[in-house]
Amino acid sequence: MNAVAPDQPVEGTTTDHPALDAGRPEGGARPPAQPLLSIRDLEVTFRTQHGSTAAVRGASFDVMPGETVAIVGESGSGKSTTAMAVIGLLAQNGKVTGGTIRFDGTDVAALGGAGVARMRGSQIGMVPQDPMSNLNPVMRVGAQIVEALEDNGVARGGAARRRAVALLEEAGLPDAEHRAAQYPHEFSGGMRQRALIAMGLSCRPKLLIADEPTSALDVTVQRTILDRLEALTAELGTAVLLITHDLGLAAERAQRIVVMYRGEVVEQGPATQILTQPQHEYTRRLLAAAPSLASRRIQLAKHSGAGAALVQEDLLALSSDESDVTTDAIIEVKDVSKVFRLRGKGLLSRGTDFTAVDGVSFTIPRGKTVAIVGESGSGKSTVARMMLDLTAPTSGSILFNGVAVGGADRAAEVRFRRQVQPIFQDPYASLDPLYTIYRTIEEPLRAHGYGTASERRARVLELMSDVALTPDLLRRYPAELSGGQRQRVAIARALALNPDLVVCDEAVSALDVIVQSQILHLLADLQHRLGLSYLFISHDLAVVRQIADHVCVMERGRIVEQGSADDVFDHPQQEYTRMLLDAIPGRDLELSLRAG
Amino acid sequence: MMRLVLQRLALLVPTLLGLSVLLFLWVRALPGGPATALLGERATPEAVERINELYGFDRPVLEQYVTWLGQLLSGNFGVSTRTRVPVLEEFLTRFPATVELTALALVIAVGLGIPLGYLAARYQGRWLDQTTVAASLLGVTVPVFFLAFLLKFVFAVQLGWFPSAGRQDPAMIATHPTNFYVLDGLLTREWDASWDALAHLVLPALALGSIPLAIITRITRASVIEVQNADYVRTARAKGLRPPRLRRRVVLRNAMLPVSTTIGLQVGLLLSGAVLTETVFAFNGIGSFLANAVFELDYAVLQGFILFVAVVYALANLAVDVSYGLIDPRMRVR
Repeated sequence: MNAVAPDQPVEGTTTDHPALDAGRPEGGARPPAQPLLSIRDLEVTFRTQHGSTAAVRGASFDVMPGETVAIVGESGSGKSTTAMAVIGLLAQNGKVTGGTIRFDGTDVAALGGAGVARMRGSQIGMVPQDPMSNLNPVMRVGAQIVEALEDNGVARGGAARRRAVALLEEAGLPDAEHRAAQYPHEFSGGMRQRALIAMGLSCRPKLLIADEPTSALDVTVQRTILDRLEALTAELGTAVLLITHDLGLAAERAQRIVVMYRGEVVEQGPATQILTQPQHEYTRRLLAAAPSLASRRIQLAKHSGAGAALVQEDLLALSSDESDVTTDAIIEVKDVSKVFRLRGKGLLSRGTDFTAVDGVSFTIPRGKTVAIVGESGSGKSTVARMMLDLTAPTSGSILFNGVAVGGADRAAEVRFRRQVQPIFQDPYASLDPLYTIYRTIEEPLRAHGYGTASERRARVLELMSDVALTPDLLRRYPAELSGGQRQRVAIARALALNPDLVVCDEAVSALDVIVQSQILHLLADLQHRLGLSYLFISHDLAVVRQIADHVCVMERGRIVEQGSADDVFDHPQQEYTRMLLDAIPGRDLELSLRAG
Repeated sequence: MMRLVLQRLALLVPTLLGLSVLLFLWVRALPGGPATALLGERATPEAVERINELYGFDRPVLEQYVTWLGQLLSGNFGVSTRTRVPVLEEFLTRFPATVELTALALVIAVGLGIPLGYLAARYQGRWLDQTTVAASLLGVTVPVFFLAFLLKFVFAVQLGWFPSAGRQDPAMIATHPTNFYVLDGLLTREWDASWDALAHLVLPALALGSIPLAIITRITRASVIEVQNADYVRTARAKGLRPPRLRRRVVLRNAMLPVSTTIGLQVGLLLSGAVLTETVFAFNGIGSFLANAVFELDYAVLQGFILFVAVVYALANLAVDVSYGLIDPRMRVR
């Protein structure tokens, strides 16, 4: 497989993301030094009302000085818990109940609470997940770095202030001098994350824990921030413990990968080895489900032709290969714009207009999937709202089966509402917590006067089996279900009235990759069986590639490019589309693996 | 910030105008009339008529209102039908007493409530927390007048630690340039007068402050608990902040946001609670005077005093909003 150059230094991590086979230092590069962080048989237990649960069970791995190690796993796998145990910041009901953590040759447990506290910041830094909630909202950004410098004894007063500005500059924040005097709410998500990186590295720690450092950001921002983080840590020789749910991202950024599943380390090794020769069943599933890599799989099968067997068993490929579907349009969007009026600042000043959607036109053919991709603020969700007739367009028209949407006809509106159904992003917020699953799915049937009670019951059971949920869940409440189960319930509810069009607004974005893949397969299967049309709104190009027939790329309210999925992904015409595609984590790997 | 203050002050004008209309009608909707209240049940119709004519109560309501409003604008708040003293003068002698009382009650409530709530949150689930939570529940549920009687009985009557009534020992000879008795003592260097006035304030202020104290304690506790678990607190710990700075600048400052709103709301509660407390302790503030004015249907006093209190209440809330902006940069008007 991959040739490893043993003489390559560990600090060989560079900013330009060489493809893996270009010679990354891998497992073969054993530095003579002892590990910086060494975790052996770690066990972490959480006390809950229902007794104690083990969140981490017997985890063991090492991080060498200057090395980047990624822990990959889905939510609840114990990856963040492991990292928090290292710096003694477990939630109050969590406790290390076994094993050892050695940092720089010292047993962390022997240091005691105060000792671990002294280690934080100065020896081990952290970049947290959500930039929106991790900065102190009532304090200037610069001051938040100054206080870290002062409390760790790095610098004081004016020197600390100058240092803070330099650190922000180093993290890639433009106009740092001015920005340091601002408050977090005046920063965008990407800027906040840069501030958090500056903070995490402010005292030049030997190890940086980066807990999903960019998962809340747009892909293009994600990429520049990860590039900066990688360049900085390489320059400073900082070891990085990268925690992520995204195998593609892990493979791209880390030398070694540790795969965790239900609190256990199921597999670890050099990144390419995990990618090309996964040993554990779970890693294989994770690999199969990882959007970037899964799309590669389908593409490979399509292109080589040799993978015909794969196409056969892959429902996604099945749906997109279908050719006997009628091609009339279920929905036609013609030159639609939406202008919002922003309030003026003064009492007398007039408001300004903000064009969220600007002259958008596209068509959804019956039985096909059209995807709209774009970053936050691109106007894609406004399009979704207009398609659902929740917001009226300022100009232009939307024709559903040839009839204009949003007319005054009440009966036509009811019909439209039955035929067009939404599935939203957050499976936690879009189900009524006080309704049982049965009532949730039955509600639209009842609202539209469908059949008798027993007929409705039969229909609910049919829907449950359609979305592969067992009938024993009917009496449960949303809180008792997993995220994937909830999204299945949301789909069942959307399908209850036999709609023609389903609008999926980031419908799988909140789900773990394996669940995400299951839901995507379910959607494809349902489309195949029921002849549904989908409008699929997503920021995630890798997901879009798996499901869409036709792709529209939106940037600042306009569709900058549209075409068949293959055309857009393989021959992007616009610079912006290329940038989005380049930003998909793991894309380099994809290319290199395909070539190899 | 300045513009916020000016905007809010400008908004006060229509608010007060609306209130004056409501007040005027409400006062006249009370059963009976000032003449009957003044002259008693057996007053002759002629006498009642004479009184009504004297104070203008026989004119159409609209005319009465316009006249009253015109007088208000020229600083004339009318004359009390009960004491025959101008309303403004009555107010200026009594209001300082109520201000002293509510101010001390607020100092007690805030000064004890915030530290107690903070400590309860820090030692969540331990004895200090449990005691505080139980005591604050009691504080919210015990009626003010009952607590006032209890305090008076135990600490004034039985133990004799504090005086039981009034603002100052009647035997004390003191001058009162401002009618703020504690302040007057300090201004005139009559230290014993100041001390005596303060001693008279303690029990009523404790009674009055009990409910706000309990509420502020509970809000502080809940707020600190929430902030302690916030992501930015964990991040602050991860970057190596020392505990004193962490508590003061990260936890406490963020936890103060909901507390400051609560404090503003308590000012209104204190002003209305003062009526009961002042009555129990025979404390000569606006509370007890207003209570009497209701019984006597003293129109001018009711209208004037309630308007004054409304202005004070609105200003107190404005002060809280301004302080909110000081604590939370997101609230500042840009």
